[in-house]
Amino acid sequence: MSETLHYDVVVAGGGLVGASAARALAERGLRVALFERRYCGAQASGVNYGGVRCQGRPEEQLPLAMRARKIWDRLPELIGIDGEFVRSGHLRLARRESDLEPLDAWSAMASGYGLATTVYRGAEFRQRFPWLGDGAVGGSLCLSDGHANPRLVSPAFARAARALGADVHERTPITAMAHDGVRFQLTAQPDEGATLQVSCDWLLNTSGAWANHIAGTFGERVPMHAIYPNMWVTEPLPRFIGHNLGVYGGGVYARQVERGNCVIGGGRGTGDGEYAQPSADTTRAVMREACALLPALRNALLIRTWSGVEGETPDNNPIIGMSRTTPRLVHAFGFSGGGFLLAPGVGDVLADLVTQGETATPIDAFAVDRFAQVSAEV
Amino acid sequence: MSERAEIVIVGAGPAGIRAAQTLVAAGLRPIVLDENVRWGGQIYRQPPAGAGFTRTKQALYGFEAAKADAVHTTMAALLPQVDYRPETLVWACDPKHLHTMHGGRETPVAFSHLIIASGATDRVLPLPGWTLPGVYTLGGAQVALKSQGCAIGERVVFAGTGPLLYLVAYQYAKAGANVVAVLDTSAFAAQAKATPRLLNQPATFAKGVYYVGWLRSRGVRIEHGVTLEGIEGTAGVRAIRWQRGGREHSLECSAVGLGFGLRPETQLADLAGCRFVFDDLNRCWLPERDAAGRSSQAGIYLAGDGAGIAGADAAELAGRRAALALLEDLGIAAPVVPDAPDAPAIERKLASNRRFREGIEQAFALPENPAARWPDEMLVCRCEEVDARTLRECVRHDGVTEINRLKALTRVGMGRCQGRMCGEAACHLLAEASGQTFAQVGRLRAQAPIKPIPIAPMLFDENVAAIPEEARDE
Amino acid sequence: MSSSSHSSHDSQPLRAPGQSHPQLTRLAETSRSPVTFYLDGEAVQALAGDTLLTAILTHQRHVRISEFSGTPRAGFCLIGACQDCWVRCESMPAVGGDAQLTRLRACSTTVQAGMRVVTRAADANEVHGGANV
Repeated sequence: MSETLHYDVVVAGGGLVGASAARALAERGLRVALFERRYCGAQASGVNYGGVRCQGRPEEQLPLAMRARKIWDRLPELIGIDGEFVRSGHLRLARRESDLEPLDAWSAMASGYGLATTVYRGAEFRQRFPWLGDGAVGGSLCLSDGHANPRLVSPAFARAARALGADVHERTPITAMAHDGVRFQLTAQPDEGATLQVSCDWLLNTSGAWANHIAGTFGERVPMHAIYPNMWVTEPLPRFIGHNLGVYGGGVYARQVERGNCVIGGGRGTGDGEYAQPSADTTRAVMREACALLPALRNALLIRTWSGVEGETPDNNPIIGMSRTTPRLVHAFGFSGGGFLLAPGVGDVLADLVTQGETATPIDAFAVDRFAQVSAEV
Repeated sequence: MSERAEIVIVGAGPAGIRAAQTLVAAGLRPIVLDENVRWGGQIYRQPPAGAGFTRTKQALYGFEAAKADAVHTTMAALLPQVDYRPETLVWACDPKHLHTMHGGRETPVAFSHLIIASGATDRVLPLPGWTLPGVYTLGGAQVALKSQGCAIGERVVFAGTGPLLYLVAYQYAKAGANVVAVLDTSAFAAQAKATPRLLNQPATFAKGVYYVGWLRSRGVRIEHGVTLEGIEGTAGVRAIRWQRGGREHSLECSAVGLGFGLRPETQLADLAGCRFVFDDLNRCWLPERDAAGRSSQAGIYLAGDGAGIAGADAAELAGRRAALALLEDLGIAAPVVPDAPDAPAIERKLASNRRFREGIEQAFALPENPAARWPDEMLVCRCEEVDARTLRECVRHDGVTEINRLKALTRVGMGRCQGRMCGEAACHLLAEASGQTFAQVGRLRAQAPIKPIPIAPMLFDENVAAIPEEARDE
Repeated sequence: MSSSSHSSHDSQPLRAPGQSHPQLTRLAETSRSPVTFYLDGEAVQALAGDTLLTAILTHQRHVRISEFSGTPRAGFCLIGACQDCWVRCESMPAVGGDAQLTRLRACSTTVQAGMRVVTRAADANEVHGGANV
């Protein structure tokens, strides 16, 4: 059977960005197909830390972050589960006195976007957070931030897309793609079953760390490279970490889930672009930093480590927006480890671009061609 | 700590000990890493030293006393010639190092070659009440007696299937424990039919017959073809219920020894990058190996029950064979070890042993489609307390067909045991709920640490490089 | 995090003082030297060479309480595979400071004289430095 399946939109890549775009587009009545070469939400979307935070982002991300954050409050309505999303607040710690001034500055900047944060220091900081060790001298608390379970949230968006009528094809990589002057012609090869010929008006490149395959096919590779987050988790412990924790300057982040496990990340694992492994050396280094902040961790058991593949860009900002070479090709990838909060908002933005040709959320800073020097390489 | 890459043997049971013996005879000095406090592995586990344990080897190992003693004595004699590190856990592996933990300190061990002789644990199928105090694996019940002189309870029922069922019941009764019943889920007819294959090892077969006969002669109730229904109790085991021939039975007891054969410990082979293949005889995924014990990774060899259940005698042979392969790969001539078989002889014996193992699997087959009987409320994952209902609903609702996906969505296998006790059951349930074969649902991928480790020891190394600037995400 | 370990169980106590319901029974090797250790604050005896699991379960029927259901657990495999016998042990740090709770796998740890082992359910106040948030 080689008849061509036609869609309004094909979403290439079933991570949280692709799945939320597929859901939003299906909700708006378009015929959508999503192709994912393995399982939806199992790559960066599934292995990331799980932080749902606006705090600490660069200014250019804030409008998108604020839009995304509102969607997180509606998870049960949109995807049928709460994804273990907790409004725990995010506490961004200052490890030294000189970190406090940048926290103050960020707080002032963010308030201009309607995001409230409070910076604590000195005796008041100690009094508020007695469970923190000597590793921090102050911190900025954003009460509206939180964390969730990436392993649950990402697949749930894909299921919601399917429930709204999108054709979600897992274990079905796209093996060929071209634009015939009018629309995109694609070939998709399921792990089991006959080859699919697909045509579509719009193509969304949401294939994460592998997005340069598609971007390159249409002449606009970006300087993105694979990074491998290093994650570890403890056994369940009595609850003692009150907020999602990060540090100014990065390197360690920690959260405690409802069941009591402490999920901690920082630094890099190792990988080959396809598969990743955590690094024992990195885990040790992060443990030192984490235990300086949270001495109680010393007595806990480490029960699991993991890594995954994410795409990082030179400025740590994603690529979001229209292709510069091909009509109706939209890119959304390269979230550099910070995509979890943003992704549901990105899905809505992509739906705006497809249905209205524009979006009210500023995304110029994420243009695909901002790294002009790479356009010569393919 | 020297960073020179060494030959490392992981495991000091019969396979690891014979591998060490063979390498030492060829003039090498391997490192032998043993998680236990004394060499011997599980079947030849020794009681603690220097604490006043007095039972003889005869009392501890019965018919296997001579073999146990030979293995123990061999290792004792090897000690000056190997770097033996007891109470040392290998918790992670990268291409050049094993990460080990001992005495609250960490030590990386650089390796050039690795012989993995990681042994096995009981193969466990759950039943309602299996997490109650007083329920132990058959192997655990045996260790309690062998290594601590204790019975797992005052009134003990042994349940499940496999040769270990009768061996442990016999050992308990002989030691004076109150064994009230042996409940075998396999039909007696299956055991009868398997006799021709079991006669590949007449001595082993005879021992099995002997244990059963002995138990019967002491009036121990033995039932075949039972379907285990559940274990009752609140603070601990109070009774066990089963069904046979359409009738319900129950028996008061304070402990249950439960097991359905053995399953290999393959986490290190997985982390070391070995390729796995589904083995129909063992009915599980095993690291691929050739007849000599070479894995799919150059420089990594596999021996003993950790590469596929074959028993202690086969483990001794396979340990030696893997060491011979390693020597061959290094261009070192095979050493002369008195009374030790050469490579072709070992391979012939192992092939014959496999026919015996086929008999064992036939005689003591796992219950067919065990998941079908499990009530929704039964816990499948004891660490995370995930019940059968949760798994079934996930399969139904999310269309899950692969075991790692089921783990990600339901937490089965995410607890401290990392899937050792629940992984097999979860695969049976997933297969049943998704209409696939057991092999089709895949295998749980190992993740470091190989076993849970405390964090404090990992903070001691002063040489830990700080996280570089470019890797500092928020 | 977890509720009281005794709230939902039947009349059989987990370990009533002066009336212990041990799980394990000693059949042999009973001439070994006694070793005194502390079980949930109470001084009890084990024998030299006992694992912590044996030492505990010759006095009561549990080594820990499940953090999710509050039900008792007493180990399972005895060979360090099932990880169901982790207990907390108070250790005195080298230089001053509060006693820290360390984690020990009971089946593979030998009991030492004076060990202070905790088998009741953990709560946040026992986590060093942790006020219940």
